[in-house]
Amino acid sequence: MDAVFKAIGDPTRRAVLDELVDRDGQTLFEICSRLTMKHGLTSSRQAISQHLAVLEEAGLVTTRREGRYKFHHLDTTPLRSITERWPIREQS
Amino acid sequence: MIRITVTSVFVDDQDKALAFYTDVLGFVKKHDVPMGEYRWLTVVSAKDPEGTELLLEPSAHPAATPFKEALVADGIPFTSFGVDDVHAEFERLSAAGVRFVQEPADMGPVTVATLDDTCGNLIQIATMNG
Repeated sequence: MDAVFKAIGDPTRRAVLDELVDRDGQTLFEICSRLTMKHGLTSSRQAISQHLAVLEEAGLVTTRREGRYKFHHLDTTPLRSITERWPIREQS
Repeated sequence: MIRITVTSVFVDDQDKALAFYTDVLGFVKKHDVPMGEYRWLTVVSAKDPEGTELLLEPSAHPAATPFKEALVADGIPFTSFGVDDVHAEFERLSAAGVRFVQEPADMGPVTVATLDDTCGNLIQIATMNG
């Protein structure tokens, strides 16, 4: 669970997750482009790779190789552990 | 005054590249000059036949293939071409069997998509928004 909190504790990594919600299954180039063009985040490709490794470590991002391509996918199931620990009350 | 008359893309096979860049993408052949083992083979936009030529250059040099593979592995397009409407081109080319690694995405000032040119490269198509 610590890995999940660490992963979502960084604004760049949250932006990566936002963009994967917008469209799942992106190349590193597309993720970098979206961060630059839509969020004004001009981190290097290496830096974004490292952010993705942290997200992958937490199970929030999975990678899939398809032929010569590599795609990144979102998996939000690790977030469930948060609401299991602190259940969300139904709105009355 | 300097200007761009020719730019190039490294292709695995010139015949296959010519077919893809003309029959599928819609460029028109401009020059096809035998040069020993390979050809000086260029295409131009049908809309601008006197414009910049794209040289379909053989990726015969040993450095070319690892370079291309490294770009593809990270999804980086080798170059970018302008289109009137990325969404329409995406539909047209997908129907023609072209593989896109990035569907049309609005990036603010520009909408882009990325396709596989079947010759070892990813190519971006772009429309300026606005």
